[in-house]
Amino acid sequence: MVKLIAAAIGAIFCAALLWGAVQPRDAVVPDLVKKYYQHAEPAGFSFDNPIVGKFDRAQLQRGFQVYKEVCSGCHSLNRVAFRTLTDIGFSAAEVKAIAKQYDIPSLDAAGEPTTRKGLPSDNFYGPYANDDAARAANNNALPPDLSLIGKSREGGANYVHALLIGYKETPPKDWTTPDGLYFNVHFHSLNIAMPPPLNPDQVTYVDGTKATVDQMAKDVAAFLMWTAEPKLEERRRTGVGAVIFLIILTGLAYLSYARVWQSVKAKKTQV
Amino acid sequence: MSFPWAKHYEPKSGFMKYVDSRLPIPRLVYNSLGAGYPVPKNLNYFYNFGVLAGVALVIQIITGIVLAMHYAANAKIAFDSVEHIMRDVNGGWMMRYMHATGASFFFIAVYIHIFRGLYYGSYKPPREVLWLLGLVIFLLMMATAFMGYVLVWGQMSFWGATVITGLFSALPLVGETIQTWLLGGFAPDNATLNRFFSLHYLLPFVTLGVVILHVWALHIPGSNNPTGIDVKSEADTVPFHPYYTAKDFFGLGVYLTIFAAVVFFWPNALGEVDNYIPANPLSTPAHIVPEWYFWPFYAILRAFTVDFLFIPAKLWGVIAMFAAILLLFFLPWLDTSPVRSNNYRPMAKIAFWVFFADIILLAICGGKPAEEPWVRLSQLASVYYFAHFLIILPILSRIERPLPLPNSISEAVLKRQTNVGAPASQQLPGAGIAEMPATGRAQPAE
Ligand code: HEC
Repeated sequence: MVKLIAAAIGAIFCAALLWGAVQPRDAVVPDLVKKYYQHAEPAGFSFDNPIVGKFDRAQLQRGFQVYKEVCSGCHSLNRVAFRTLTDIGFSAAEVKAIAKQYDIPSLDAAGEPTTRKGLPSDNFYGPYANDDAARAANNNALPPDLSLIGKSREGGANYVHALLIGYKETPPKDWTTPDGLYFNVHFHSLNIAMPPPLNPDQVTYVDGTKATVDQMAKDVAAFLMWTAEPKLEERRRTGVGAVIFLIILTGLAYLSYARVWQSVKAKKTQV
Repeated sequence: MSFPWAKHYEPKSGFMKYVDSRLPIPRLVYNSLGAGYPVPKNLNYFYNFGVLAGVALVIQIITGIVLAMHYAANAKIAFDSVEHIMRDVNGGWMMRYMHATGASFFFIAVYIHIFRGLYYGSYKPPREVLWLLGLVIFLLMMATAFMGYVLVWGQMSFWGATVITGLFSALPLVGETIQTWLLGGFAPDNATLNRFFSLHYLLPFVTLGVVILHVWALHIPGSNNPTGIDVKSEADTVPFHPYYTAKDFFGLGVYLTIFAAVVFFWPNALGEVDNYIPANPLSTPAHIVPEWYFWPFYAILRAFTVDFLFIPAKLWGVIAMFAAILLLFFLPWLDTSPVRSNNYRPMAKIAFWVFFADIILLAICGGKPAEEPWVRLSQLASVYYFAHFLIILPILSRIERPLPLPNSISEAVLKRQTNVGAPASQQLPGAGIAEMPATGRAQPAE
């Protein structure tokens, strides 16, 4: 009886599915976005290797400079505290000086809103008071907070790098980019509201590196990977230790397993 | 229970004697995980995954309790509190990555454990209740994992919660009301987050309770084994300790090594990038996908694309998705072949591997956007899913001629050792039926 009911239920499900499977499908409209969209190419970062890759401190500092001098005009970095900049090689005094350049909203003794100088314990603040102000200043597009951008897009740092160098002056003939938007083959909809932010020699690197667009894009992408995953090096270091420990432990466990079972295996073959 | 030759606990020290005569916990441990529990000696490595799943549950509970000390279940700050754990809490990143990856590994262990049970017929008498309890654990896990994923309050959390609770709105008449009741509002919000956190903290302990029942039910008949035949004598078994404690410890080492490699080197490989964007009710992600362990069922949900028999497609999908899981509860009464192990069932063995490939295909379809060819593939794969359990297995269990079974586990072990690679038996097919395990149950004349 159970089997008959089951067979009946099964037959109904199968019929419903097969009926759906034989329905004609809508003709596929050629999707121009799919045609022109390009996945980010690997840019070759010092931290690419998932086990031993490390950040390049000098690169992170250059990337920070690009962020500060270019991107911070539109993008916030709200999840990053100034104090953590010591991790990328700035001294405590330098961090203090960097923090001081930011005005942080606060209240004065009378309870009136005012601003004070930033402290190392503060997070990055600005450039806009809120999302509405950000949209108003950017053609109604919201420049996302960049703290987690290295992990919130497929491709991570490679994506950020590719996006920044992916602008094309003239879109293909069959593609229209409305005014106020820019054609970029790496952006999911191909039309991005961010104007090409980088121009050659836009920043002057203190370490003398030549500031090509590609170089700046790579540096800021590396920096934004660090802001997204500040514990990356600590994680990999811990991981190497943990895995080596576990391999040794597993080896010992195997030896004791083989030893314990020796007698059983031997008896089996004797009988 | 247990076999007559099981060793009996004898307290060695005066202290143990004292404890044992007042609260016999040492005896309980001895009889369930110690030398007092005889286990078939021919278990292969697939039998490690029960213990591994148990360890995975414990890892989830421990890391989860620590995370809960720093997490804030409030829609305004939940996402920030997770980032606070990642950046400011000492070792917080490790706890979170272990917990997130641990959920995936828990499912990997449980899926292998379930497939092991399917292949060797571990759901058959006298282990039906054991199987049913296992399915209850599976359901609890799925609910817990889903709610845990929502707690992050990223884009996928929010939209996943919207889609999954939206399934209930497909029910006629009461659907919308049920959805609102589940969410505590018309869309996922603070009320949803709070109740999900409450339940996410509760259910693992419920799961632990059911795991205890599951292990208890296991100890009544004892473990099944790759031959599927019953234990006949002491020669067929070894005591759990030290034999299987040693083997499980080795298996655990391998498991933890792989687990650690993923946690420390590829912690985000199993997750969705969109969940690093804070939840935004005003912006729908391009592809809403659940975590990988739900993909086969998600594929079944989306495979129903046309109204049929006056039932709307969406409702079909919801019914089918739940049916796909619930039908497993009836498996012991659908597959009634008295031969447990597929090693001795030539046709069921083929069906098993087709089913295995089918699940993989469904999983792939479930992770893809709802476009061709994935939709049609998932429709065909879903057909096999239901046909396998509801039609093929019931029929096979009546018409199939099983291979002859060995007389005992020891004999099977010996044969495998002496002529490795030789066919299972040179006897006439069906000759072994007479030596069928005494399951206390003849082939039902349905
Ligand atoms: C003039 C203001 C402006 C500047 C300067 C600027 N951006 Fe943007 N950016 C935007 C806007 C506006 C968007 C939103 C685009 C959209 O949604 O179409 C955006 C989006 C982005 C995105 C997200 C793209 C996505 O996948 O959604 C990234 C990454 C990004 N910017 C990086 C940068 C970096 C790095 C810099 C510095 C080199 C920078 N931006 C400088 C305005 C700016």
